[in-house]
Amino acid sequence: MDFNDTPEEAAFRKEVRAWLEANAVRKSDDRQSNRARNDDPELLKKAKAWQAKKAQAGYARMTWPKEFGGRGASPILQVIYQQEEQNFLVPLGFFDIGLGMCIPTMMAYASQDQLKRYVKPALHGDEIWCQLFSEPAAGSDVAGIRTRAERSGDDWIVNGQKVWTSGAHYCDYGILLTRTDPSVPKHQGLTMFFLDMKSPGVEVRPIKQISGGANFNEVFFTDVRIPDAQRLGKVGDGWKAALTTLMNERLAVGMPSGGLDVDELMELARDTELEDGIAIRNQQVRSKIAEWYVQTQGLKLTRYRTLTALSRGQTPGPESSIIKIVAAAKMQDMGAFAMELMGHAGILKDEVPQAGGFQAQWVGGAGFRIAGGTDEILRNIVAERVLGMPADVRVDKDIPFNKMGGKG
Amino acid sequence: MNFDFSDDQKLLKDQVRKFLNDKCPMTTVRRVLEGPETHAAEVWQGLIDLGIPGTTIPEAHGGLGLGPLELCVVAEEIGRSCAPVPFETSVILATEALKMAGSPAQQAKWLPLLAQGKAVGTVALAEGPQPLKPRGVATRFGNGRLNGVKLPVTDGELATFAIVLVNTGGQGERALSLALVDLAQKGVTRRRLETVDPTRKHAELTFADATAELLGAEGEGWRVLERLQDAAAVYMAFAQVGGAEAAMWMARDYALQRQAFGRAIASYQAIKHKLADCYVKLEIARSNAYYGAMMLTEGGADLPLAAAAARVAATDAYDYAAKENIQTHGGIGFTWQADTQFHYRRARLLSLSLGGPMAWKDKLVTRLERKNAA
Repeated sequence: MDFNDTPEEAAFRKEVRAWLEANAVRKSDDRQSNRARNDDPELLKKAKAWQAKKAQAGYARMTWPKEFGGRGASPILQVIYQQEEQNFLVPLGFFDIGLGMCIPTMMAYASQDQLKRYVKPALHGDEIWCQLFSEPAAGSDVAGIRTRAERSGDDWIVNGQKVWTSGAHYCDYGILLTRTDPSVPKHQGLTMFFLDMKSPGVEVRPIKQISGGANFNEVFFTDVRIPDAQRLGKVGDGWKAALTTLMNERLAVGMPSGGLDVDELMELARDTELEDGIAIRNQQVRSKIAEWYVQTQGLKLTRYRTLTALSRGQTPGPESSIIKIVAAAKMQDMGAFAMELMGHAGILKDEVPQAGGFQAQWVGGAGFRIAGGTDEILRNIVAERVLGMPADVRVDKDIPFNKMGGKG
Repeated sequence: MNFDFSDDQKLLKDQVRKFLNDKCPMTTVRRVLEGPETHAAEVWQGLIDLGIPGTTIPEAHGGLGLGPLELCVVAEEIGRSCAPVPFETSVILATEALKMAGSPAQQAKWLPLLAQGKAVGTVALAEGPQPLKPRGVATRFGNGRLNGVKLPVTDGELATFAIVLVNTGGQGERALSLALVDLAQKGVTRRRLETVDPTRKHAELTFADATAELLGAEGEGWRVLERLQDAAAVYMAFAQVGGAEAAMWMARDYALQRQAFGRAIASYQAIKHKLADCYVKLEIARSNAYYGAMMLTEGGADLPLAAAAARVAATDAYDYAAKENIQTHGGIGFTWQADTQFHYRRARLLSLSLGGPMAWKDKLVTRLERKNAA
């Protein structure tokens, strides 16, 4: 056992490192200065420029086929690129949903002409895509959506509302799940489209989160016309297309990095005086530190197991399905615990230098436990796909959507 | 990235698993639970025939000369089956202690006997109802004579020899040494103890002027023991991972078959989420155990920290899976006839026998502080 690259991987890592050194600035050891740049109002512009540079060099989506600007490479090489890129101060995150979920869905269903038109600008950061699935009454149960698309000649007329749409305020295109037939059971009446987010009748309103940020949006559709040529898959096959999108959720080997972790908690515990001495000597504190350390290590090492399978050209096991379940709860609980160590002052926004980072975890953890699959849905997925337990009883499975009781 | 076992190691694992599936079903574990036997002799003999006791013993001493990774995969299968055999005692603790601290003469005498299964070794550390610590070891050794009482000693009745933590006089940790004592002598009395896990028999050993010899240098006992426990923590973590996985699947299988309110209880989220949590803890434990195994193989500087992490994670995973397995079974899971008890008992035994979670969490943080200071 070792953590070493194969000769091919090592050579690639060297190449990537050299390219990054030549084209980007390496992160400093000072966390604060690394963070400062993330508040840059020019961030989107800079992110697009970086994406273009990356795409030109062939690093943007290495696993994609050559015809779409990829290299047809093994996923391990893409991971190596990401590992190296994490050490540099580059703006990321705007393109993950588009390139990770929307464009792969397009590849499965769009025409060759459409692919020729849309894939390259997406890859190069010229156009950004969003995913319009969730609705106010359809979150975890996304097949319960109500946004209607009705046929009108060569077009479809769309009316309804989407929610939690990340990046809709800066996106150019989106893939949209609609209900085209309410007279059949809910999974059967869905159809997927893609659309221009600047189409008349599309209105984007940001949602302010409890963290104060506004990364999500509500998107309203009022008589929006979408050409039938922009339908993805057959009429009524939208659920199948949606599963294609969801299956393409990015390789679960990447994780939000740079957050506070056990080291910072230990630092805080060394600086904190409790009634019976410094906190780091307190057994309760030590127990907590040990438990979170075991989780942090466990997640890192679990990713290494997944990478090992990729490196060996095998299909990874289901072990990476635990990652968000553990990481999100740890983030929230550790943030709250660190605040507790500061006493009443743990609530202060400005006066305690260490507080901000832990408060951000405590708040962010609450969102992270929901976004991209709630704790509960993820546990269902582990139980059903890994442990082979039955799916939940679905009382609405065979009932026509428009005959369902309540709010559907 | 090469953070997994090799094909050969997986083959060995499958071989041991298949053997234990055939020769050590739960009925065998139950037989030892209910009967007077010290262990399942035919299972132990089968493992001897496979060469398992000599896995990490050098070929020069009649062993297979394999590395820690091979013993890790074996440990996982032993743990999975709850096999009532002197594995942790003889194959892990006694063998590793001899390899770590034994003189050439001691190794030449005992390692071949261990490898061939002609001797069973154990360790005798605790002296009654207190967690193990450097202060308060009353068993004394001097002038080649051993005096004192050790309990509980796993496989104390079965063992041929024991490695005993003794007081040789002096300050703090330096007062402690390890002594090797042949148990087949007049100065040794063995008394069976009733425990919460009768599938692994325990004894009280009383030494009255028993003949013994030092294992390792005088005053080095605690230091060697810490290293020994680190290595054992990694191997035991694999046994715990194997047990946790078995308990999880036992609960899953029962949940699929048991009907309540018109459907299988496996379809209720209360059950699904509980077992998903078993899986989460299991994978955290498995990943930490792998890293422990890697450090054990390399003799890496990170071993003490990795061993503590493996131990903490595996103990948590097995304790949780074992108790929720009973809970998933409901009333039937609490009956004597159910097999759920084997994991519940074994999980607790393995949790306590090397020191409990509280002690290991404390050790973990101490080691983390040391690493961060370095």
